Amino acid sequence: MVKRTMAAAAAALTLTGFAGAAQAGPDFDAIKSRGHVICGVTTGLAGFALADSQGKWKGLDVDLCRATAAAVFGDAEKVKYVPTTAQQRFTALQSKEVDLLVRTTTWTLQRDTALGFDFAAVNYYDGQGFMVPKKLGVKSAKELDGATVCVQPGTTTELNLADYFRANKMNFKPVVIEKVEELRQAFFSGRCDVYTTDASGLYATRAANAPKPDDYIILPEIISKEPLGPVVRHGDNQWGDIVRWSHYAMVEAEEYGITSKNVDEMLKSDNPVIKRILGVTPGMGKALGLDEKWAYNIVKQVGNYGESFERNLGMETPLKIERGQNALWTKGGQQYAMPIR
Amino acid sequence: MAIAQAGPPKARVAPWNDPVIRGWFFQLVVIGSVALLAWYLVSNTIENLERQQISTGFGYLGQEAGFEIGDSLIPYSPADTYARAIFVGILNTLRVSVIGIVLATILGTLIGVGRLSPNWLLAKICEWYVEAFRNVPLLLWLFLIYKLISDLFPGPRQAISLLWDTIFLTNRGVYFPVPFAHDVHSWIGVGLLVGIAGAWLIHRWARARQAATGQPFPSIWVGAGVIVGVPVLVWLMGGAPTAFSVPALKGFNFQGGIVIQPEFTALLVGLVVYTSAFVAEIVRSGILALHKGQSEAAYSLGLSRAQAMRLVLLPQALRVIVPPMTSQYLNITKNSSLAIAIGYPDLVASINVTINQTGQAIENVLIIMAAYLSVSLTISLFMNWYNRQIALKER
Repeated sequence: MVKRTMAAAAAALTLTGFAGAAQAGPDFDAIKSRGHVICGVTTGLAGFALADSQGKWKGLDVDLCRATAAAVFGDAEKVKYVPTTAQQRFTALQSKEVDLLVRTTTWTLQRDTALGFDFAAVNYYDGQGFMVPKKLGVKSAKELDGATVCVQPGTTTELNLADYFRANKMNFKPVVIEKVEELRQAFFSGRCDVYTTDASGLYATRAANAPKPDDYIILPEIISKEPLGPVVRHGDNQWGDIVRWSHYAMVEAEEYGITSKNVDEMLKSDNPVIKRILGVTPGMGKALGLDEKWAYNIVKQVGNYGESFERNLGMETPLKIERGQNALWTKGGQQYAMPIR
Repeated sequence: MAIAQAGPPKARVAPWNDPVIRGWFFQLVVIGSVALLAWYLVSNTIENLERQQISTGFGYLGQEAGFEIGDSLIPYSPADTYARAIFVGILNTLRVSVIGIVLATILGTLIGVGRLSPNWLLAKICEWYVEAFRNVPLLLWLFLIYKLISDLFPGPRQAISLLWDTIFLTNRGVYFPVPFAHDVHSWIGVGLLVGIAGAWLIHRWARARQAATGQPFPSIWVGAGVIVGVPVLVWLMGGAPTAFSVPALKGFNFQGGIVIQPEFTALLVGLVVYTSAFVAEIVRSGILALHKGQSEAAYSLGLSRAQAMRLVLLPQALRVIVPPMTSQYLNITKNSSLAIAIGYPDLVASINVTINQTGQAIENVLIIMAAYLSVSLTISLFMNWYNRQIALKER
C-alpha cells in the first residue's frame, strides 16, 4: 500500500519533471521567478572577483555573472554573489546554492562528468606557474627540489604540482591551507619558498597582496593547461546555453567591434552579423528563450570581452596581464566565439 | 485460599485498552516511522544523485590520490590511494589528540591545584590563566600562535641553532637529530615493554607485602629504574650504536633528523592551553567537593601530606573529576579538526581534498563521521571503564 503510493508519487514527480523540461529548464525557471541570478565567485582574487571598498564586486568572472543577468533580465545588476572557497564551490553548485559557478575553475574530464556538471565555455585560458622570493636566486622551476610549497587544497593546482615534481624526480613539502588569505600570509611570512597557483592568480597576488611586489618573481615555467570557465549543473541545458552564449556574445561583440560606447550606433549597422547579434534581425533571442535584446543588453551594460579584460586584468590595471592566449583568434589568441546565427 | 485470591481479578479489557498491547503498538509505530523516514531519505538521495549523474559508491578509495601531504607518520606519496591518504589524516588527528590529552591533563591539573594554593600570587596567576584561555575562541588562539611562530622564527638560512648545531629553530619547524635506524631499536622497544611489565609486578608485590606486614617499599623509584634500566641494558648489549642523523641545511630546507612542523606545534599548543583551562576548573571542583574532615582524618592517622593526597583525597576527588574530564577529552579530539584553518593535515583536510577531487561528498562525510564516532566512542568506553574502577564499591 505504502509502496504503491510512493510509486505513484514518484511517477507523478517524474511526469511533472518532464513536463517542466519541455517548457524551460528547472534552473532557468527558478532564476526567472526569483528575479536574480545567484553566482558563485571566489572569496577574493584581484581581477577575477573582488569586492571593492563600496562592497561592489568587480572582475572578469563577475562580468560574466553580470552578462548572464543582463541577458535574462535586461539588468546586469540583478546578481547575488556567493563567495566560495576552492573546496566549497562544487558542493555549492551541486546543492543548488548557486545557479552557476564563475570561479576560475579548471575544466577537467572528471569535473565535467563525475561531479554532474557542464562547463559552458572558457572565459580565461590560464596555466599554473610558480612565484618565489627574488632573494632565493631561483631562475627555473627545475631548481625547486626540496622546496616548501604553499598551495590551496582541492584544486587541480595541487594535483599538477604533485605530478610536476614526480615527473621531474624532485621532492617538495606542501603547506596546504584552505583560506587563500591565510595561505598568502604563510607565503609572504616565509613559511614557504614557493607559492603556486594559476599564473593569473600569481600576478594578481603579487600586485595586490605582496608587501613589496618587486621582491618576488614568477618563474618562466607554465606547468599545466588551465582552461577556466563558467560551470552549471547537469539537468538544465537551456540555462547552460544561456551562460555559454552570454560569453560568446561578449567575444563576438569584440570581434565585430561592438563596444559599450558604440553599441547604440551599431544598431543602425548594415552588417547582417551585427544585426543578428544585437537583435535587429530577430530570432537569436527566441532560440535561447530570451528577449531579442539579450546581447545588446550584455554589451551595453557589461561591455565586450576585450573591454572586460582590459578593465580588470589589462595593462592599465595593477595586474598588467597581456592578452596573450586570451586574445581573439583573429589576433593570434584562443578566444573564439561560435557564430551567432 | 487467601493466596489464590491475592492478585486483582483479571478483568477482560478490549485490546486497545490493554496497556501491554498498546505499549507494543506504539513502539512498533515509532520504529516503523523511523525506518520509513530512513528509507525515504536514503532512496531519495540515491535517486537525486542518479538524476544529477553524480557518481556514487566507495570505489574511488582504491584510486590514486595524486596529492601530497606535508606531515605523515607513515610513508606516503601522491602515487598512493585515497584510502591511504585518509588513513594518514586519521593518524595525524590521533597524534595531536593523544599528545594533547596527555599534556592538557598534566597542565590542567597543575593549574587547578595551583588555584587552590595558599600562595596568593600563584593562585591569582592560575586564575588569570583559566579566564584568559577559556574565554577566547580556540580558533583565534590557533591563528595567533601560528602567526607568532611564522613571524618570530627566522627562515631556514638564518636558523637559530642550539646545542652545538644539532637543534635548529626555524619558521619551518624545529629540527632535531635522531639516531639512524638500527636493528637494536626494535629490541629496545621490547625491553621497554618488559620494563613496564616488571615495574607493574614489583608494584603489586610491594602492595601485597605492605598489606601483609606493614613494611613500605619504594616501588615507584624501583619501578622507574626498571623501566629505564632494561632498555638501556638492551642498548648496551646491542653494541650501543650512537650514530645520529643530524639535520643540515641543504638547498631550501634542512635535511636529516626529524622535524616538528609549526602547524602541528600551533595546533597542539592551542588545544593544550585552551583545554587545560577547563581541566583546571574540573580538577579544582573535584578537590573542593571533598569534605574538610577527609584530610583532617588522614592527617590524624599520621599520613604525610603527599600520602593523604595520594591515598585518601585523590581517589575520592577522581569520582567527581572523571565524568566531566571525558567530555574534555572528546572536545580535544573534535576541536583538532580546526587544524584546517592553519593547514595541519588532519583527517578533515584529507577528506576535504578527497571530496573535492572525487566530488563524492556523501561517502566522504560518512567516512569522517564514522572515524570521529569510533575515536570518540573508544575514549568514552575507556573513560567509563575507568570511572567504574574508581567508583564507590558497595559490598
